[in-house]
Amino acid sequence: MRKLLFFIPLAAFSILGVLFFLQLGKDSQYMPSALIGKTVPDFNLVSLLSDEILTQEDLPNGPFLINFWGTWCPACHIEHPYLMALAQSGITLVGIDYKDEKAPAQRWLVEKGNPYQMVLMDEMGRFGIDMGVTGAPETFVVNRSGIIVYRHQGEINEQSWQQLKGYLK
Amino acid sequence: MFPEIGHFSLILSLFFAFFLAVVPLIGYWAGNRFLLEAARPLTFLMSFWVFLGFMILSFAFLSDDFSVLYVSQNSNSQLPIWYKFSAVWGGHEGSLLLWALILSAWSSAVAFKVRTLPEDTGPVVLAILGVVSTGFLSFLIFTSSPFVRLLPDTPVDGGDLNPLLQDFGLIVHPPMLYMGYVGFSVAFAFAIAALITGNLNASWARWARPWTAFSWAFLTLGITLGSWWAYYELGWGGWWFWDPVENASFMPWLAGTALLHSLAVTEKRGVFKSWTVLLAIFTFSLSLLGTFLVRSGVLTSVHAFASDPTRGIFILALLILLVGGSLLLYAVRAGQVRSNVSFGATGREAWLLLNNILLTVLTLTVLLGTLYPLIFDALGLGKISVGAPYFNSVFTPIALLLMVFMAVGPLSKWHNTKLKVLLVSCLVSLFLAVFVSGVLVYLYEFTVLAWLSLAVVFWVVCLSFTDWFNKVSAGTKGIIPRARQLPRNYYGMLLAHLGMAVTLVGILLVSVNSKESMLRMSPGDKANIAGYEFQFDGLSHVKGPNYIADKGQFIAYKNGHQVAVLHPEKRLFNARQQVMTEAALDAGFTRDLYVSLGEKLEGDAWGVRIYVKSFVRWIWLGGLMMMAGGLLAALDKRYRRKAGV
Repeated sequence: MRKLLFFIPLAAFSILGVLFFLQLGKDSQYMPSALIGKTVPDFNLVSLLSDEILTQEDLPNGPFLINFWGTWCPACHIEHPYLMALAQSGITLVGIDYKDEKAPAQRWLVEKGNPYQMVLMDEMGRFGIDMGVTGAPETFVVNRSGIIVYRHQGEINEQSWQQLKGYLK
Repeated sequence: MFPEIGHFSLILSLFFAFFLAVVPLIGYWAGNRFLLEAARPLTFLMSFWVFLGFMILSFAFLSDDFSVLYVSQNSNSQLPIWYKFSAVWGGHEGSLLLWALILSAWSSAVAFKVRTLPEDTGPVVLAILGVVSTGFLSFLIFTSSPFVRLLPDTPVDGGDLNPLLQDFGLIVHPPMLYMGYVGFSVAFAFAIAALITGNLNASWARWARPWTAFSWAFLTLGITLGSWWAYYELGWGGWWFWDPVENASFMPWLAGTALLHSLAVTEKRGVFKSWTVLLAIFTFSLSLLGTFLVRSGVLTSVHAFASDPTRGIFILALLILLVGGSLLLYAVRAGQVRSNVSFGATGREAWLLLNNILLTVLTLTVLLGTLYPLIFDALGLGKISVGAPYFNSVFTPIALLLMVFMAVGPLSKWHNTKLKVLLVSCLVSLFLAVFVSGVLVYLYEFTVLAWLSLAVVFWVVCLSFTDWFNKVSAGTKGIIPRARQLPRNYYGMLLAHLGMAVTLVGILLVSVNSKESMLRMSPGDKANIAGYEFQFDGLSHVKGPNYIADKGQFIAYKNGHQVAVLHPEKRLFNARQQVMTEAALDAGFTRDLYVSLGEKLEGDAWGVRIYVKSFVRWIWLGGLMMMAGGLLAALDKRYRRKAGV
């Protein structure tokens, strides 16, 4: 019996090995947010449009979407017309210009149109870390009472919007 | 031409590593002395070819040979020369080569000392190191050769080293970290050799001790440097993020700390024999696991390493062969060991057992937190990420408990301690600790956790000095001669324990007493933060070797006197067109002033982040003390004697 005890480490390691093998090659990028059910974390960010420093107090009254984008992100180009359409249909969008530079971002909004009610600059990606963002585009749904209820990774299009809009209330 | 020679020399080193892994073991089982003695020259040959390969890659970097893919990805002709050299380990392939180089350096160091070991043990130890080298060299050659060429379309210039890595901290951080990680392979090799030869007595523990202490000291330094680098380079003012990559280096450190202590018990008292062997395997396995997690991409991390599934499979296979193989050997062999030494509940053995239990629990806590997202996903429960809140809430209480016991352990005697003696020493310290920290908390209005932590700090300091004083005042010789007689080992322990206390002071005060603010400032503006007045003087354009920058000037005053001039920068790197924020720091013993430029606002205004961090240096000062303690312990005179004397 005592001898069997010495096999415990091996057994534990074998389980771990199988686990690693199953996990290998899977897409580790997809992750729902740990923030679901919580309010938007505190922030102190500069507005891209007005140069004011804004905090979570300045967020619009819900429900609204928080969209992480950047001029460097190809999928954001694809997503942009759809966001414009959403804005025109009356959806409130808050843009986070993620790991980006100011001048090209302003140019982008002038050239392609601005779907956002407010745009915040997250140049260092610090707010992105607080929100658990792994890349752009990423979109969070915030409900009427200011609680984050859904996270979507990747572009927003007709298909993903069908999923998302149920949460927007 | 040279890169091909480099590739060829790595292949040669793989050959020698393979022979090193096989020949001495055959010699051991066949009882052939000639084959056993081949281990030493084979080690040197293997190391020589790895070293040559490394030199050739360094030469390719220094001579801007962009026909080599790896060089073109990680270097640039404008890069300053010291960064060209450190760019050798700036990417995946080169850091693996550094791994292999350091492994062969450790192997050669063992080979130099091999004559102090029994005739059949030494070569087996070298053979085990050969097995590990074979694994890593084949990983390097088959999946990640740094010598792949871009011919005939050689780029004119390289893509540049990631600007985050263009920094002094990153020149020295990886080599130190690897010295530690890989150094645990020596303790591992001793443990496996002990299992193979069946010499599971106290002597293997004595041989393994100085090696373990050396590796532990390097790993401590490596982690300290990494934390320091993250603090000033990432621009958030944080010093530890519980990121999977950080955890990957922290877990071997925790397990290695347990190993250091358990080796001491096994050597001195002959108890915990099979446990110590298991810890040695565990520690090195965690180093390997760290490499796997970082390189395979199964976990997401803020450290952007290129990951590749084929590499993942290879290193997983390696992990399973090495760790699974040694655990199987352990399962078969360790059951035969019996220890018949008993010890009392207040003996030093019991305290060290407690140390081992707590450190193992801490290691498993971090391991669980790191792997939890993986387990959760594999069971189909969905995806989650485990962040700092889990680690802080689970890790902190156990770590504080560990430190409480850490201070008592040295006061106890082997086998059994008189409870009364122990209680008297402890009561005085307990009173002092609670009182002094109570006063401080009353004065500065800290929280309960802060009060507890401060009490632990004073407790550790008081008891450490009590112990030292007890030891030097015993006997008739007088304090100074006695103090000089105490072994280096003891002073190393004292220094490392005090280092823990110093680090705790830093962690505590930086978290409860720091001030941060984000401001909008134009030239001429002033801001008051935590008693300091910061004045923004203006900006200038500067040109670096491979970047251009906006450089701000801030002057900090305290009570009307100028205390520091700070120059935060915003750098635009030419090759990658990447903007980097270079924070400006004024380091001080009790506080750091930290200014970083945020975004440019309208006109000449800037978003500016200003932090006043109290006692943040103490975190790393404690780390350095622990490292020095480890080195002192490793250099103890006892270890220089020959085996069996």
